[in-house]
Amino acid sequence: MATYTLRVNGRTYTTDVAPDTPLLWVLRDHLRLTGTKYACGVAACGACTVHLDGAAVRSCVMPVSAVGNAAVTTIEGLSEKGDHPVQRAWDEVDVPQCGYCQAGQIMTAAALLQRNPNPGDEEIEQAMSGNLCRCGAYHRIRDAVKLAAKKG
Amino acid sequence: MQSSSTYSRRDFLKNSALIGGGLFLGFDMLGSGRFDAAVANSAAGLEGAFDFNAYLSINSDGTATIFSPNPEVGQGVKTSFPMTVAEELDFDWKLVKVVQAPLDTVKFERQVAGGSQSTPHSWKRLRQAGATARRMLMEAAAKRWGVDVATCKTDKGVVRHPSGKQATYGELAAEAAKIAPPADVPLKDPKDFRIIGTFVRNVDNHDILTGKPIYGMDFYREGMLIAMIQHPPAFGMKLKSLDGAAAKAMPGIVDVVSFKNNVAVVGKTTWEVMKAREAVKAEYEKEADLESTADHDRIFKELMAGGETQVKRKDGDTAAAFAAAAKIVEAEFQCPFLSHAPMEPMNFFADVRGDRAELIGPVQTPQSARDQIAKLLNIPAENITLQLMRIGGGFGRRLRPDYALETAELSSIIKAPVKVIWTREDDMTGGIYRPAARYRFRAALDKAGNITGYELRGVGINAGNPVRENNFPAGAVPNVLIEAVDHKSPITTGPWRAPITNFLAGAEQTFFDEVAEAAGKDPVTMRLELFRQAQPPLNNEGKPTYDPQRFIKVIELAAEKSGWFKKRKKGVHLGFSVYYSHLTYVAQVAEVVKRKGKVSLQKVYCAVDCGIVVNKSGALNQVVGSIVDGLGHAMYGQLTFKDGEPEQKNFNTYRLIRINEIPEVEVYFVDNGIDPTGLGEPALPPLSGAVANALYKATGKRVRNQPFAAEGNGMEGIL
Ligand code: FES
Ligand code: FES
Repeated sequence: MATYTLRVNGRTYTTDVAPDTPLLWVLRDHLRLTGTKYACGVAACGACTVHLDGAAVRSCVMPVSAVGNAAVTTIEGLSEKGDHPVQRAWDEVDVPQCGYCQAGQIMTAAALLQRNPNPGDEEIEQAMSGNLCRCGAYHRIRDAVKLAAKKG
Repeated sequence: MQSSSTYSRRDFLKNSALIGGGLFLGFDMLGSGRFDAAVANSAAGLEGAFDFNAYLSINSDGTATIFSPNPEVGQGVKTSFPMTVAEELDFDWKLVKVVQAPLDTVKFERQVAGGSQSTPHSWKRLRQAGATARRMLMEAAAKRWGVDVATCKTDKGVVRHPSGKQATYGELAAEAAKIAPPADVPLKDPKDFRIIGTFVRNVDNHDILTGKPIYGMDFYREGMLIAMIQHPPAFGMKLKSLDGAAAKAMPGIVDVVSFKNNVAVVGKTTWEVMKAREAVKAEYEKEADLESTADHDRIFKELMAGGETQVKRKDGDTAAAFAAAAKIVEAEFQCPFLSHAPMEPMNFFADVRGDRAELIGPVQTPQSARDQIAKLLNIPAENITLQLMRIGGGFGRRLRPDYALETAELSSIIKAPVKVIWTREDDMTGGIYRPAARYRFRAALDKAGNITGYELRGVGINAGNPVRENNFPAGAVPNVLIEAVDHKSPITTGPWRAPITNFLAGAEQTFFDEVAEAAGKDPVTMRLELFRQAQPPLNNEGKPTYDPQRFIKVIELAAEKSGWFKKRKKGVHLGFSVYYSHLTYVAQVAEVVKRKGKVSLQKVYCAVDCGIVVNKSGALNQVVGSIVDGLGHAMYGQLTFKDGEPEQKNFNTYRLIRINEIPEVEVYFVDNGIDPTGLGEPALPPLSGAVANALYKATGKRVRNQPFAAEGNGMEGIL
């Protein structure tokens, strides 16, 4: 066990866990931020996507010991009121079916738009192709990314 | 009305028991014998709420709470059901708050999510719930104003009288709730619908999009433990011995216990439990055949040739038809096992104490889960509460509550509240798969190309009945023979989105394409001919099993929208498919383009007859989602076995379709005003047929076995 001080969604948390504990489980079990989802644990689906200093990472394979000083943003911290352009676009397009993958989709999309405010179709597909949606909501995910880009 | 805000719900429950002959008492979550959390969860915000029936209460602040009884698994009932109630209530949708109802077998019937049956089952009762409450509000207003109720009208939550008097539902709720619910209240004419048929967004969007703890996986209760359960590594194996000492000594681990063939590692946090699992020393031994995929291929061959055969349908004399045939068409089709792989892995919470149990989690069949747990633990069903969480996908997997049972059993053994979590690997190797099956179709044609005989032999591995003997082409062909063979295997199976037809339909529709070609007919024209002469068989209730006119309508609509009979650009190839399942008719046309030798699936046109579309948004989500699902699994899905052990264990080897692989999809609904039927499944079955038929036109190659993109098939890269 070791003590880690994490910066998550603008707050500071101290937690005592084994160094190899994935950030995902620190968020979910220790900080009770369960918006970040578990679905594969092997970086194959994107459900656990969070931002580390603004970049999208798979928290299920990121040991807490590797987070260091980086600012972690989870779906709970993407915006204060749930009104980030990506969240608003997701609502307007009504993307969710079961909804379980959507936190990861949103975090990936938000990181993409941060980097590239006007992505083309191929860039969107490329950036989003690491995120599985078992319900097959891909058309609306694509449409929502485009709408979010417009909303800026 | 001021007094209503001080009128507590608890008082109301008491009073209505005295006064309200026949009035539902609402959700008695406040009753004795319930656990504290349930009270806290459900009673919150219900001050000043007046229950009109099991589905609905009107709040003195002018809002309405509509209870959604069925599990929400992504099929959208938590939005479409309340829309239906609100429509007949004549209420402002913006003022509706939707609450997931817990399992309550007294108030609700069929709290099940499965078979696309929620909508047809509930349509009338939901409308009546809204209409009855609306009538009670009108009567309360009429009484208050001393006018004839027939002169009152409602308008989005307000009762109005021509004299200019008006009152909101919230103002009338306290008085209205005391009125005995009238019987046989007339329902709206569908042409007056304002909410039904519009694009209404998912009521849980805000919670989903901001990461609120709404799924079973997210459930947390102070003091609960986390457990994982290891099952035997292969089907046909059982637990022989367990040494849990090393695992138990790991940090954060509370206990390692075994029951039945399960080894449960119980601890404080997920990661600690995951790590300790690796230290479990369990030995397993063989108790039945350890089957491999190669064995299944052999079994299919043997049982196609012979074996214990059930004749499911026999019309006329196919032997004579085939003996007299001018041409015979024959083809075989095979599909592998599939995992349901919902994004949210199996999980459940149970707190079993003595002869009571509190259950919380995702399950498509809550009543069956509760009853099975009551039996398993030998406690009365009425001592068990079950709270439903939003479900992160099911596709049929959560119709089987095995994970809920093992959670309850574990809680009773360790005498503690516990949440069991399956890893993805547990989920993918844990069984209850879509069964593998093989089909042989034969058709006899006369000189004019008419189908005179049709034979289908289906062989399934734990598939139950692998055929659908009452569906088309029964009734459209004079001589029909349908046979089924089932091989019993230790590999467990269960319903997977559109059970059986998820593969059978596409195979059948590919076969019909082959028949049309042999008959020298256009595939769409041939189907129209068949439906024009069809006399569908009758079901147990004496009703036709399908409606040829509705079939014809979707066929024509899909043909028109896809330009089937128009001249096409060079390199553009269309494939057709049509299927009826779960009371809904779906025709699809796949458009494949071949340019410079490269073949790609560009578009799917889809015509749907599900009667009235309740929620435009939800309906489109289901249809498009089913198409993407059907396509992905037809192309890539397969779970193979080596000595009883699944060879794919996670998404890195079990391939699912991704966003860069989807074709464009155009969806058209037939507008016929018929009562609505479900959409969770029906757009999936025909899809693989349309794709296979289009691929054939473009490549000259028939793909009959799934996955289409299997090695050496040349189909990789078409998406
Ligand atoms: S859970 Fe991390 S990528 Fe799937
Ligand atoms: S919405 Fe269900 S997995 Fe994406």
